[in-house]
Amino acid sequence: MKLNNIELNANDFANEMAKLRNEKHFDFLVTIVGEDFGEEGFGCIYILENTQTYERISVKVVAADRENPYLPSVTSLWKAADLLEREVYDFFGIKFIGHPDMRRLYLRSDFTGYPLRKDYDMDPEKNKAHMYDDPEPDYTLQYSLDKDGNLVETRHKLFGDDDYVVNIGPQHPATHGVLRLQTILDGEVIRKIYPHLGYIHRGVEKISESYVYPQTLAFTDRLDYLSATMNRHALVGVIEEAKGVELTDRIKYIRTIMDELQRLNSHLLFYSCCAQDLGALTAFIYGMRDREQVINVMEETTGGRLIMNYYRIGGCQADIDPNFVQNVKKPCAYIKPMFKEYQDVFTGNVILENRFKGVGVLSREDAISYGCTGGTGRATGWQNDVRKHHSYGVYDKVDFKEITYNNGDSYDRYMVRMKEMEQSVHIMETLIDNIPEGDFYIKQKPIIKVPEGQWYFSCEGSRGEIGVFLDSKGDKSPYRLKFRPMGLPLVSALDTMLRGEKIADLIAVGASLDYVIPDIDR
Amino acid sequence: MFDFSIVTTWFDSLLRDTCGLSSFWAILIECVLVGVFILAAYAILAILLIFMERKVCAAFQCRLGPMRVGPWGIFQVIADVLKMLIKEIFAVDKADKLLYSIAPILVLIGSVGAFSFMPWNKGATILDFNVGIFLMTAISSIGVIGIFIAGWSSNNKYSVISAMRGAVQMISYEMSLGLCLIAAVVLTGTMQVSGIVEAQSGPFGWLIFQGHIPAIIAFVVFLITGNAEANRGPFDLAEAESELTAGYHTEYSGMGFGFFYLAEYLNLFIVAGVASMVFLGGWMPIHIGVEGFDKVMDYIPGIVWFLGKAFALVWVLMWIRWTFPRLRIDQILKLEWKYLMPLSLLNLVIMTIVVAFGWYIK
Repeated sequence: MKLNNIELNANDFANEMAKLRNEKHFDFLVTIVGEDFGEEGFGCIYILENTQTYERISVKVVAADRENPYLPSVTSLWKAADLLEREVYDFFGIKFIGHPDMRRLYLRSDFTGYPLRKDYDMDPEKNKAHMYDDPEPDYTLQYSLDKDGNLVETRHKLFGDDDYVVNIGPQHPATHGVLRLQTILDGEVIRKIYPHLGYIHRGVEKISESYVYPQTLAFTDRLDYLSATMNRHALVGVIEEAKGVELTDRIKYIRTIMDELQRLNSHLLFYSCCAQDLGALTAFIYGMRDREQVINVMEETTGGRLIMNYYRIGGCQADIDPNFVQNVKKPCAYIKPMFKEYQDVFTGNVILENRFKGVGVLSREDAISYGCTGGTGRATGWQNDVRKHHSYGVYDKVDFKEITYNNGDSYDRYMVRMKEMEQSVHIMETLIDNIPEGDFYIKQKPIIKVPEGQWYFSCEGSRGEIGVFLDSKGDKSPYRLKFRPMGLPLVSALDTMLRGEKIADLIAVGASLDYVIPDIDR
Repeated sequence: MFDFSIVTTWFDSLLRDTCGLSSFWAILIECVLVGVFILAAYAILAILLIFMERKVCAAFQCRLGPMRVGPWGIFQVIADVLKMLIKEIFAVDKADKLLYSIAPILVLIGSVGAFSFMPWNKGATILDFNVGIFLMTAISSIGVIGIFIAGWSSNNKYSVISAMRGAVQMISYEMSLGLCLIAAVVLTGTMQVSGIVEAQSGPFGWLIFQGHIPAIIAFVVFLITGNAEANRGPFDLAEAESELTAGYHTEYSGMGFGFFYLAEYLNLFIVAGVASMVFLGGWMPIHIGVEGFDKVMDYIPGIVWFLGKAFALVWVLMWIRWTFPRLRIDQILKLEWKYLMPLSLLNLVIMTIVVAFGWYIK
């Protein structure tokens, strides 16, 4: 999607955004992209979606003062803005007026400067690694404007004096990576969760700005390693759309099948990890055993088992393996009886139902407000499948069901994924016999340049919408590249879902949300 | 049926009459020998059980389990034990050192104490008091204190939560456990271990046959609560590794951890052993009232019967552990206080009525 930004003035920004949300039903905040607009100053691009018509618009607002930039916060309109605005603050130093918790999100609290500003000095002498722990403040700041228009800081304490605070993570078996959830407990009951991110922050967006386009591809597989192909699909998709590359049907078919294989792979791992987090190790091993079959298929064509590196700008790295068609059919036939086995050994278990049903309920309104796409959103009844509503690849040629449930609890989130696996198998079986002849790669120039403009393209990843925003100035490297992580909204919704629940529920809900940390941290 | 008391009386007379030792020295030597036997049996059984767990779990999970050290990996556990023995034990900074170091020993004492009540063979019950069963439950509850102290003294927040969970769970489940044993005591009329086993002789003399419905209920409830007492899964909340890393023994290394590990497996055996002793006749062979069949059964030594029954129950408990997901703490307590406790109380009443009216099979 080429962005035609509605440009708003910072003064009436809050009112205009409220109008967009309340009157025009743009109630899904897809992402906030912070950007250094150079002479204009620092600003943000807000991508919004109308959840009834699936229409998308983008809004641009620029902070007037380059020295001390500030913008009105939209946290009261979209809950997703909570962490997204903190991210923008972290990277660009734009202060959001009215945001209740203006701390850094990914970087250390004592980090100096704002790294994604174009005038940031990257001299290694000035950016030495600290040899001491992060001196985390136990208070947070809220900014507001006084009558004369000056910024005023208000301090809020994060913890009460008698709070029993337990760090779940960063090294914890149930967080599936280095996520740290600072949890205030009352006995076994959770009173508040502060997520701390950035333990695997690699600055992918910043590095990409100094890389040429083909080099940037290498990062995508390492974001959410369980939807490696979808991440890459989104990035090559945005570059191809910007360049206007016409893909052959063969490429689209291959990409669609690969994405579905990846989804099956990811959901099998989801099932396994759910079982493991709840202590059912046998079910865990069953899932891993069957995932092997799927990985073998991908390995034979792409050479990779986790990191595929298969798509490139203009097509695929290589043509499919001669046995690919047979290989895909084999696990499709193999996995169907296994779904029954999962039902017997895990899904149908009364303990599982007790652990999952009614636990970590997220309402449909909250799911949209937080932007929890993917299985989490669909479990609340929100139809948000990118494959259906912003179709790409050859998904428009396949008849598949968009699985939705209505309760929004952990059990529904789990069931959405279990049913989606069956749909993935169905999609693959429909497509695999009809892969048309044609080129697997459309030759590109040695140096790829993208015309000037801003684009956004998204794919349905394994756990939500993976989107890529690209701002090009016509060079061989992107001016600004921003990924919309699938896991960030899920983490920001954790606190809402878990207040008043027990520690064991934190594990169950975490398992059912299925976040992958490198994707959140980038 | 071979009576092991022949051996013990012969050895006693060997010391007193042949060697002419005084009563004090004879008893001292006998006590030391018996103690060595208990500890040796304890260690060997632990190794066997750990190996069995790894192989059984592997079989359930379509794996092979340990295969490298020795044929079928039979030396794997021995290698693990050796590794654990030579590992350095280091305490956590700011831990309560005294409590920290006695906690594993307390857990071990509770477990070895209860282990000493096992009826190995006819005439080979080591601790055989007239209040045997009662004393055994008392000694085994020392383990709770050990677990609670371990979690508390480790100076680790996860361990404290785990210790609280462990204490709450084990204290709760001891209620039903005791009530099930009392139901058996009502039927046999004695608390003495050897007496309970002797009471199960004769055709279909095992308690679950004798006491039919109430005994079967007591047996099933006993296995569930015993599983919870042994902190094994679906009740392994205290060491729920996906929630609380390793729970109360997170901060222990070397043999400190080794003692908890040993005690966990032996508690599993003790639960199975007590269940087979009280409900399945201990070392008593199965008799069906046909003379030839009963004779043949009598030729199988009592220790084979006892270990066979105990290991069969251990296998059932492992099957349960490797199949079910873990419960949540409130669900565990609900299960105990709302279902199992009232059920065992009711069962005790039924058992009393059955015994009072003589409706049991005899």
